[in-house]
Amino acid sequence: MLYSRATKALAIPLISIIAGFIIGAILMLVFGYDPIQNYQNLLIGSLGDVYSLGETLRNMIPLMLTALGFAVSSKAGFFNIGGPGQYLMGWFGAIVFALNFANLPTWLLITGSLLSGALLGGIWSFIAGFLRAYFGTSEVITTIMLNYIALYFINFAIKNWLASKGSDSSPNIARRASLNTDFLQKITNNSTFNWGFFIAIMTVFVIWVYFNKTRSGFEVRSVGLNEAASRYAGVNVKRTIIIAMLLSGLLAGLGGAIDGMGNFQNISVSNSLPNVGFNGMAVALLAAENPIGIIFAALLFSALQIGGLSISVYSNTPSEIVDIVIASIIFFVGIKYIFEAALAKNWLKRMHKKMDRGADK
Amino acid sequence: MEKYVVQMKGITKKFGSYKANDNISLELKKGEILALLGENGAGKSTLMGMLSGLLKPTSGTILLDGKAVEMENPREAKNLGIGMVHQHFMLVPAFSVLENIILGDEPLKAGRIDYKKAAAEITRLAKKYHLEIDLNAKVRDITVGMQQRVEIMKAIYRQANVFIFDEPTAALTPQEIEQLMKILRALAAEGKAIIFITHKLKEIKAVADRCVVIRMGKMIATVVVAETKEEALAEMMVGHKVNLAVDKKETKQDETIFKVEHLSVESHGQLKIKDLDLKVHTGEIVGVAGVDGNGQSELIAAITGLQKIKSGTITLNDKQIQRQSTRKISAVGIGCIPEDRQNVGLILPLTIAENLVLKSYYKSPISKKGFLNYKKINEDGRATIKKFDIRSQSEKEPVAALSGGNQQKVIVAREISAHPELLIAANPTRGVDIGAIEYIHEKIIEQRNEGRGVLLVSFELEEILKLSDRVVVMHEGQIVGEIDPRNTSSEELGLLMAGKKLAE
Repeated sequence: MLYSRATKALAIPLISIIAGFIIGAILMLVFGYDPIQNYQNLLIGSLGDVYSLGETLRNMIPLMLTALGFAVSSKAGFFNIGGPGQYLMGWFGAIVFALNFANLPTWLLITGSLLSGALLGGIWSFIAGFLRAYFGTSEVITTIMLNYIALYFINFAIKNWLASKGSDSSPNIARRASLNTDFLQKITNNSTFNWGFFIAIMTVFVIWVYFNKTRSGFEVRSVGLNEAASRYAGVNVKRTIIIAMLLSGLLAGLGGAIDGMGNFQNISVSNSLPNVGFNGMAVALLAAENPIGIIFAALLFSALQIGGLSISVYSNTPSEIVDIVIASIIFFVGIKYIFEAALAKNWLKRMHKKMDRGADK
Repeated sequence: MEKYVVQMKGITKKFGSYKANDNISLELKKGEILALLGENGAGKSTLMGMLSGLLKPTSGTILLDGKAVEMENPREAKNLGIGMVHQHFMLVPAFSVLENIILGDEPLKAGRIDYKKAAAEITRLAKKYHLEIDLNAKVRDITVGMQQRVEIMKAIYRQANVFIFDEPTAALTPQEIEQLMKILRALAAEGKAIIFITHKLKEIKAVADRCVVIRMGKMIATVVVAETKEEALAEMMVGHKVNLAVDKKETKQDETIFKVEHLSVESHGQLKIKDLDLKVHTGEIVGVAGVDGNGQSELIAAITGLQKIKSGTITLNDKQIQRQSTRKISAVGIGCIPEDRQNVGLILPLTIAENLVLKSYYKSPISKKGFLNYKKINEDGRATIKKFDIRSQSEKEPVAALSGGNQQKVIVAREISAHPELLIAANPTRGVDIGAIEYIHEKIIEQRNEGRGVLLVSFELEEILKLSDRVVVMHEGQIVGEIDPRNTSSEELGLLMAGKKLAE
C-alpha cells in the first residue's frame, strides 16, 4: 500500500478544498473580479483580527454540533436530515427554559437551559429513530417532515405564547443566562464569541471517545457497518438505532441551545429552516464523519461564511461567490470516487513502471 | 495436426504486483472435456475470466480456432462462441424459463417477440442434448438443478462452441450431478468443447478426458485423467500429501445435550419448519443433510434466536432457550459458524481483534462501566491469531484484508474460544481452500472429542458423511430420515434429500 490510511483520508478533502477555491477563482476571473484580492479579503475578514476571529469561532459552534449529530446517525447507517429541526427545537427549548426559570441560580439556569434544549432536539430525532427501529419507516422522510413540524410549531409558539402582541420575537433572556459574557466581549472586541465554543470543542472530544472507546459507540459502528452481522452477534439492533438517533438529535439540539443563549439571546419567527442544520451535514461530509476532522472542516466553513461577508464590503464582488466555493467543495467531496480512481490509477501506473524496470534488470 | 478450438499460450495476469496467473498454457480440442483443477485462489477463475472476456491478460495470447483474438468484454466472447455457466446463476426469477433463455437475444417478428419460433427451437435443442426443462415454469419455482440446465440452454441457444462450467456441482444433489454429467457427455459428443472448473476429484474421474492442474497461479501439470489416480490429482493440487481421513475418538454419547421438539417456524407467511424434532448428544456430531432451501437456514435462525418461532421448544442442558434473545442464547452456550461468512459472520471493515470479540465485547473484562478495554482486546486478538494460525499482518488489520480461509478461521476461533456446549456449523468449509478445510474439520472433531455437541449443516455430502456420527435429512422443513453415515452411500443420501423415503 502506497498511502497510509491517514494520508489517504486527508487527500480527498484537501483536493476538494483546493478544487473548490480554484472554481471560485475561475468564476471571479470570468466575471471580472480579482480572485487574489478577494481571497485575501476573505482571509482578513475571517481571521484577520480578534473580532473576526471571535465571529468565526462562534459561527463554528452550531456547525460543529450539527455536524457531529449528523455523523453519529450516519455511523449507525442513517441519513438524519433532521438537523435543522433538531437545532430549532434545541434553540426553542433553551430560550423557553431560560425565560421561565430566570430566578434559578446562574449555574442551574445555564445547565438547565442547555439540557432542555439538547433534550428537545433529542426527542425530535428519537421520534424518527423509534419509527425506523420498530416500523422500518425511512428516516429520510420522517426527519424532513419533522423539520417542518418543528419550524411551524415554533413559529406558532412564539407568536402565541412567547412574543408580546405585535412582535415576532420572544423577549431576551436574562443577561446572566447568556453564554456571552462581558469578559469575552472585552477580549474579542465585542464579537459574539461565547463560552459555548468550549462546550462544543469538549463535546467533539467526548464523541470521539464515545466512538473509539465505549461499548455503545462500538455497537453503533457495528450496526452501521453491518446490521445482519450485529444482530447475529447479539447486538440489540433496535436499541442501538434509537440510541444513535437520540444522540444525533441531542447534539444538534445542543447546537441550537448554545446559539440561542450565546448568539441570539432570544428566538424569532422564521420563514425557512435554518441553513446551519444543512451546513452541518456538509461539514460532516467534508470531515468524513471524523469528530476531530469536524473541528477543522467547521473552521473552514465558518471562515468562508464570516469572511465572505467582508468580500462585498471591500469590493463590489457579490458575497455569494463564497457560497459557490462552499458548494463546489461539497460537490468535489461528493464525487471523491473520481479522485480516488485517479489516485489509484496513477499509483498502478507507477507500480507497473517500477516492475517493468525490475524485470529489465 | 489436430485442430484446437481454444489455445491459451503463456497467459500471465498480474493484479498490481500479484501474479494471479503465471505463464499458463492450455489447449482444448473439439469434443473434449477438460477439467481445470485447483484450490480456491489458485487462479482458475482468473484464467477463465480471460477466456470469457471479463479480464484481459497482462501477457500471452488466446487463439480461437487458430486465430488470435483480443476480447474487450464478455459480449464479444459470447459472439465468438464462448458460453459461461456461472456458479451463481444469472437468471430473472420472475420470468419464465423461455423468457430467460431468449433474454437479450430475442427472435423478432414484426417488432414483436416470436415466442413460438423460440419455443420450437429450444424444444428441439433440449431433445438433442437431453436437457429436461419446462419452458413455461417461472424460474423462481424451479429447482437449482433445472436453473442450471436453463443456464446451459442459454449458452446452447446462443450457439456456443466452448462451454465453461464454473463449479457446476456445488449446489446439486447426487442425482442432479449424475444428470449434469450426462449432459456434459452429450455436449461433447456433439463436438462442443467443454472446460469444467472444479475441485472435486470424483467428478473429474467420471467425466473429464484431460485435466489441467494449477496451483498458486502456476500450471503444475496436464494429465490424461484415465491414467491418473485420484490421490495423485489431489497431491498435485495441494502440493503435498493430503490426509483425507479424520481422527474420531470413541466418545460417550449417552447424554442428550440439546433437544428441539415440535418446532414450527413461519417466515413470510410460509411454514418453513413443520413440527421438527432433533437431538444432539454429548460428544456427537449430527449432520443435517438436505438440498438448499429446505428449512436449514430457518432452523439455525430459530435456534440462535434470530427468527421467532411459531411453536415448539428448544432445550440446551435441560434449560429451555426458545424465545430468548440472541445474546442470551449465545451466553448459555450455543456457538454458531454462520453460513454467510462475509455478511453475517464478520464485520469486514472492523479489525481482526474487534471481530474476535464481536460476541463477548459487552462483558467484563473487555467492557468495564461502558468502556472497552482495547489493550486487552488487541492482546487477546494477538494470542488468538497465534493459537489458531490466522495468517495476517497484525491484529489491527481489517478482517476484509484476509483470505477466505483465514476469515473463516477468525469465526471458528471466536466461536470455539467461547467453549460452547453446542456448536452449530453451517457450511463451514464452503469456498475455503483444502488447507483450511483440513484445519476446520480438525477443530470441529476436537469439539466432539471433548464431549461437546455439534450440529453440522452442510450441502457437501462428503463432508457430512465424513464428519457426522449421525445424519438426519431435511426436506421441506421436516426431518424425513436418519441414517448411519458409516454404511450409507452418497447416492442413498441423495435420494432421501430429494424427498424419497428409503425402501424398507
